Amino acid sequence: MATVCFYFQVHQPYRLRRYSVFDSDPYYFDEYKNAEIVRKVAAKCYLPANHLMLDLVRRHNGRFRISYSITGVTIDQFAAYCPEALESFKQLAATGCVEFLAETFYHSLAFLYSRDEFRDQVVAHAAKTNETFGYQPRVFRNTELVYNNDLAHYVEGLGYQTILGEGADHVLGYRSPDYVYMPHGAERMRLLLKNYRLSDDIAFRFSNRQWKEWPLTAEKFAGWINQVNGNGYVVNLFMDYETLGEHQWEDTGIFDFMRRLPDLVLDHPDNNFMTVSEAAAAYEPAGTVDVPHMVSWADVERDLSAWLGNAMQSNALHELYRLEKQIKDRGDPQILHDWRRLQTSDHFYYMCTKWFADGDVHKYFNPYESPYDSYINFMNVLDNLRQRLRR
Amino acid sequence: MRVLMLGWEFPPFISGGLGTACHGLTRAMSEDGVEVVFVLPRAIPSHHSTHVQLVAPVAMSRPGSLRYAMVQAGVPSYRVDEMENVTFVPMPIAATPYDTEQTYAERRRQLEVMEELLGAQLAEVGYEPAADAICPADGPMSGQYGRDLMSEVHRYAHLLMGFAPRIDFDLIHAHDWMTYPAALAVAGMTGKPLVIHVHSTEFDRSGERVNQRVYDIERAGMHGATQVIAVSNLTRNICMARYGVPAEKITVVYNSVNLNGSPVQEGPVAFKRDERLVLFLGRITMQKGPEYFVAAAKKVLEKMDNVKFVMAGNGDMFRRVIELAADLGIGHKILFTGFLQGDDVDKVFRMADLFVMPSVSEPFGLVPLEAISQGVPVIISKQSGVSEVITHALKVDFWDINEMANKIIAVLRHAPLRETLKKHAHFEIRKFSWHDASQACLKVYERARIAV
Repeated sequence: MATVCFYFQVHQPYRLRRYSVFDSDPYYFDEYKNAEIVRKVAAKCYLPANHLMLDLVRRHNGRFRISYSITGVTIDQFAAYCPEALESFKQLAATGCVEFLAETFYHSLAFLYSRDEFRDQVVAHAAKTNETFGYQPRVFRNTELVYNNDLAHYVEGLGYQTILGEGADHVLGYRSPDYVYMPHGAERMRLLLKNYRLSDDIAFRFSNRQWKEWPLTAEKFAGWINQVNGNGYVVNLFMDYETLGEHQWEDTGIFDFMRRLPDLVLDHPDNNFMTVSEAAAAYEPAGTVDVPHMVSWADVERDLSAWLGNAMQSNALHELYRLEKQIKDRGDPQILHDWRRLQTSDHFYYMCTKWFADGDVHKYFNPYESPYDSYINFMNVLDNLRQRLRR
Repeated sequence: MRVLMLGWEFPPFISGGLGTACHGLTRAMSEDGVEVVFVLPRAIPSHHSTHVQLVAPVAMSRPGSLRYAMVQAGVPSYRVDEMENVTFVPMPIAATPYDTEQTYAERRRQLEVMEELLGAQLAEVGYEPAADAICPADGPMSGQYGRDLMSEVHRYAHLLMGFAPRIDFDLIHAHDWMTYPAALAVAGMTGKPLVIHVHSTEFDRSGERVNQRVYDIERAGMHGATQVIAVSNLTRNICMARYGVPAEKITVVYNSVNLNGSPVQEGPVAFKRDERLVLFLGRITMQKGPEYFVAAAKKVLEKMDNVKFVMAGNGDMFRRVIELAADLGIGHKILFTGFLQGDDVDKVFRMADLFVMPSVSEPFGLVPLEAISQGVPVIISKQSGVSEVITHALKVDFWDINEMANKIIAVLRHAPLRETLKKHAHFEIRKFSWHDASQACLKVYERARIAV
């Protein structure tokens, strides 16, 4: 039996505007650019991809099943800038073949800094997902798949039954990610780990002409999935939804690949598709996985270094979370909302100096000319927020 | 490979980046086994520098080497311990690369005094030049400097034509415009390939108010050369757009920096102070954008008080900039040190929390690399060649004084920013090497030799 479990992450941050030390107004976010980017990505990815998924779900009569998590800040931006994208996700939700996962509303790293804030954001996101799609999430995935034992334990306490993690080699060792596991110390919770080889074949390598497997056809990929048959139960393909049409452009053939894949996977009578909680329920856990240190799905290191790799990032995060008590005591909803939108992990990712000199994926997603510019901008905003608290 | 190199200055007698660049490049070439005869203005009394020695008439010159040939030919020359394969030939020339007609006139007066001293010194080491050793018999007498800068430049060409046929070389490599007429003349006379090395252009130095005669010389040099080396893409583009040089003829060879091996100093320097120090170091001329530095300083002081600005350097805008600072009411916050060299430069770097280079047009810009090697974070203008090679620096448009001030304040306020910049930039420049520049020049030489 090989179950294919597709999980797509949907996220767009509120990008900051250029905020100089000489600015003093409380408007931090670049409305114009954020609207433009959301609409652009919707046109290239969300709308055509949703259309394709809806088509696949209908064509396979419920045998093609997928999972999403959409961050709260993205749902808010869809509502404001691109309601048709939200509408098409609602259509997907209505098919009953789509599961929605919980995460932090603000795509934040709050778990590392404040359990209270983390819990508030998870609750807010679940409420938002329920309110928007009529779906109460039962599975949790943390920002950027940041994961460790403590997180699993804490989230189980919030009532979640399943959690996602990165199937990194230093976590699994010789074991395969293609089984259902239990987090270390959990009572009933299930852990699904990303098959990073097969996931990254689609997400990162699909259009890479230097890759020896290029071009990646749906036939070839379905063949790799068939090979799992007998060596595992579930192939967890976790990736950014923007892979479809934005990271891999339409002319790479990514949509055709996705259109053909379900037919080819289902050609084999032992294969099927499941949502995350269906897969977690379908198979007995193969054991527990002990993850004392933080892992994530980012970069080759699969750790926190993309957001906490240098002194600027650590400084910005600490300064931000230091304001928590003051902000919550103050009780001003606008200040609270601004503070929370500053927690979005992208702001710290932009400050990453790893590989900066070589230019790569970090640069591609970076609206700033350099990590230093992004730190300076962020600290200027934070300084203004601090001044608002003093007034 | 034997190279006749025409330059203008050499440490410790430098007034700017050209001398530092020539030194780094020539030294690497020497280590790479290239024989170089380095011709430069004579203003080098040897007692100023212990490591420069006159080559005595029967010096330890390998027969067949360039230096041997020159000794044989009676050309007074020098050698330096650290550069085995380089022979220095001082020419009685009064100009330096950044001269204007006014500064030239002043220097000429000084040099005529020094001339006699040098003659005595040459005699001391047992060297008696033949009457026509340097100067062609029909040329102007040595020591009789030209009336003005232009005639001096042409006199140099004349002197060189008398000297060049006596030695054997494969190629001429000329640095910046004052050497171009001499280089063109020697190339024309000998038929040897000519490589010119553009460290700056008249548009960098003078903006749109170019000196037509200088421009004409630069243009003739670039077009007459077999190959052109530019110190950055910025300069390469100027050569193409302003001088009409074909793109395929110009190669970019970036400058480098010699790391003295001292690690970045962690933490505060020996003394504690609650005042921050922002440094400008360079000639105080239009090209270097000193007025933007002062304007940004004014902006910074609106936001924070515990900061001082140091302007180290000299130049034709010196008085104007002092007056500007006074007009803005920040005269007490800006310190002018005049021109610094040697240990004083190291000292001022050690005191600085930040180095700013607001150049309006900077073909390369070596000072930021020196600052980085001394563990000082840098802000550089985007209108500089060095910004093409350094990523771990803050970059601004020279005219954007608000953004310059924004970044200065950020560096002064946030220790993590300073530390990250310092650490990464220092790591970054460790990959630079003058040997890469030397190897790149050798490739250009090969192309030039094939082309002739």
